[in-house]
Amino acid sequence: MSLLSIDNLQTHFFTSAGVVKAVDGVSYSVDRGEVLAVVGESGSGKSVTGLSVMGLIEPPGRIAGGSIRFDGKEIANLPQAQMRKLRGARIAMIFQDPMMTLNPVLRVETQMIETIKAHRSMSWNKAWAHCRDALGRVGIPSPDERMRAYPHQFSGGMRQRVAIAIALLNKPDLIIADEPTTALDVTIQAQILHLMQQLVEEDGTGLVWITHDLSVVAGFADRVAVMYAGEIVEQATTDGLITAPRHPYSRGLIGSVPSRNVRGTRLAQIPGGPPPPLNRPDGCRFAPRCTFRKQGCEAAQEIRDDVRCWRVADLPALEEVSA
Amino acid sequence: MVYIIRRLMQAVFLALVMSFLVFAGIFSVGDPVAILIDPEATQAERVRLVAQLGLDRPFHEQYFIFLGNVLQGDFGNSFVYNRPALELILERMPATLELAFASIVIAVVLGIPLGVYAGLRHGSVGSKTIMAGSILGFSVPNFWQAIMLILIFAVILGWLPVSGRGEVGQFMGIHSSLFTLNGLKHMALPAINLAIGHLALVIRLARSGTREVRAQDYIRFARAKGLSEKRIVMVHLLRNILIPIVTLVGMSFGGLIAFAVVTESIFAWPGMGKLIIDSIHLLDRPVVVAYLIVIVMIFIILNLLVDLLYSLIDPRIRLDEVRQ
Ligand SMILES: Nc1ncnc2c1ncn2[C@@H]1O[C@H](COP(=O)(O)OP(=O)(O)OP(=O)(O)O)[C@@H](O)[C@H]1O
Ligand SMILES: [Mg+2]
Repeated sequence: MSLLSIDNLQTHFFTSAGVVKAVDGVSYSVDRGEVLAVVGESGSGKSVTGLSVMGLIEPPGRIAGGSIRFDGKEIANLPQAQMRKLRGARIAMIFQDPMMTLNPVLRVETQMIETIKAHRSMSWNKAWAHCRDALGRVGIPSPDERMRAYPHQFSGGMRQRVAIAIALLNKPDLIIADEPTTALDVTIQAQILHLMQQLVEEDGTGLVWITHDLSVVAGFADRVAVMYAGEIVEQATTDGLITAPRHPYSRGLIGSVPSRNVRGTRLAQIPGGPPPPLNRPDGCRFAPRCTFRKQGCEAAQEIRDDVRCWRVADLPALEEVSA
Repeated sequence: MVYIIRRLMQAVFLALVMSFLVFAGIFSVGDPVAILIDPEATQAERVRLVAQLGLDRPFHEQYFIFLGNVLQGDFGNSFVYNRPALELILERMPATLELAFASIVIAVVLGIPLGVYAGLRHGSVGSKTIMAGSILGFSVPNFWQAIMLILIFAVILGWLPVSGRGEVGQFMGIHSSLFTLNGLKHMALPAINLAIGHLALVIRLARSGTREVRAQDYIRFARAKGLSEKRIVMVHLLRNILIPIVTLVGMSFGGLIAFAVVTESIFAWPGMGKLIIDSIHLLDRPVVVAYLIVIVMIFIILNLLVDLLYSLIDPRIRLDEVRQ
């Protein structure tokens, strides 16, 4: 039994302009100690999926269908009081912009200790020591002094480390990391990535790593789920996806990873943009941008061995993208 | 520390400029001798009085004499009451201060919860009702509102007295009508009348702050940590919406003290507002001057307090950066 398994999830926003099906039939699962990367363009529904798991979708949005099972228990549309007990204790989430995720007017110690006290009773002193150790563990120098500091006294990378320390405080079984390195410098990105990898390995935590940058994923994630316009178009092992992407969209993504391109050649890009969420084509949503499109794509929707492309078997063999 | 010293120097400079403006203004308004002297007085008596008051000296000399006296705490005697002007004002000040204080407390204690509620439940019936009420509170003319309050609560319902200040009680060495039931009853109507406009403003500020802050990532992260809704609102949200409210309260408090004239007149509240109106009518120069200078000092002190509060609420604001 998987730690988290999402099945045919539907999360919709009922706006005055119409129903935005931000997540439209997404299924994926993560085991303990496993790292699943969720990649896709902006607006494909990666964050909304993560927030649905956390029970943090706010009106006009709601989970309109499907199931989310965590540790064997159905948690989609769980009452807020029960969901609150899971959040931050058994499922933690880290967000993209470390400049914005810590409350600017509260000390780091306050923001850490409250995370413990929300879930178990512990003396302030004991909780404080525990939090200090957690800061040390994520590589913050002189944690004793830093406990009393305010977020603006940290650099971006250090703030993300604080956020990670907070997420790990109650030893969660699952962490959802929503592009936690996107806002950081490349060197800091690598450090944070390394840190996360090490921490989840030590604790045997399941990790959902949301990103729109495939190059971050290689050598880190066990599996990759590729999202496009509210759907998962392909799931594969990381090696499998990188060496042999099968869905035309994944092929395009791999083509646009810089390291696979020869220096000097232009970055391969998928022409066009994703369909507007209120007006998506029937059938294959990627069809309008697909180089392999032919008649019938506008009607087809089915998944053939883990790939949402009805013609996956007859697509031409992958050309070597790097010359 | 540097900041405090700089602020104090600014305050002294400001007080000097104000004292000059006030003095020059009053100087040009009218001749106090005309009021002070017995119409039957001889020319000799007249000249003697003018010399005694120093009114025969050139303007700048008069100003420096005045300044020297003020620095020693002497604002001169009231022409009308023939008592030290400052004493008259300080006598009336507690009544005005307690009224301003009570109405600010009403505005804040009701305004913040109502505004936060309206911001959190944006679009709900409760929220719409609160906002409609605040627009009303804004737009009703103050004197009409006062008359309506009197009509409803004093005349029709007969719950509250219409005018005057009630019994004064004592608590921790402070004398105020806030400490007796009778005093509170007398204060209720004028305080509510003064509070309504500010209440409407506090509601609007609290609501817009709440709507802005609750969409921030740190609120979402606080939810993701599993904090209770109560803690998120009371700790994470409230601290972040406080800055504009503190600014408003600081400014309103000064305004309430300086311009409570209408309310004080309608409710016959024996505060500074009534005294100053009477003094202006009678061209009681020392009282007017002393009053204006006291008000300027109050504004300066309030500004200083607001700046200090800023840095307590938001650690990103350092005192030396507040005003550069
Ligand atoms: N509160 C909301 N109201 C209406 N639509 C929303 C709301 N929140 C998200 N959406 C829609 O849901 C869709 C998916 O958004 P989501 O944030 O999950 O994208 P994402 O894949 O995380 O993109 P990014 O890489 O930019 O973070 C978008 O089309 C967005 O417009
Ligand atoms: Mg996102």
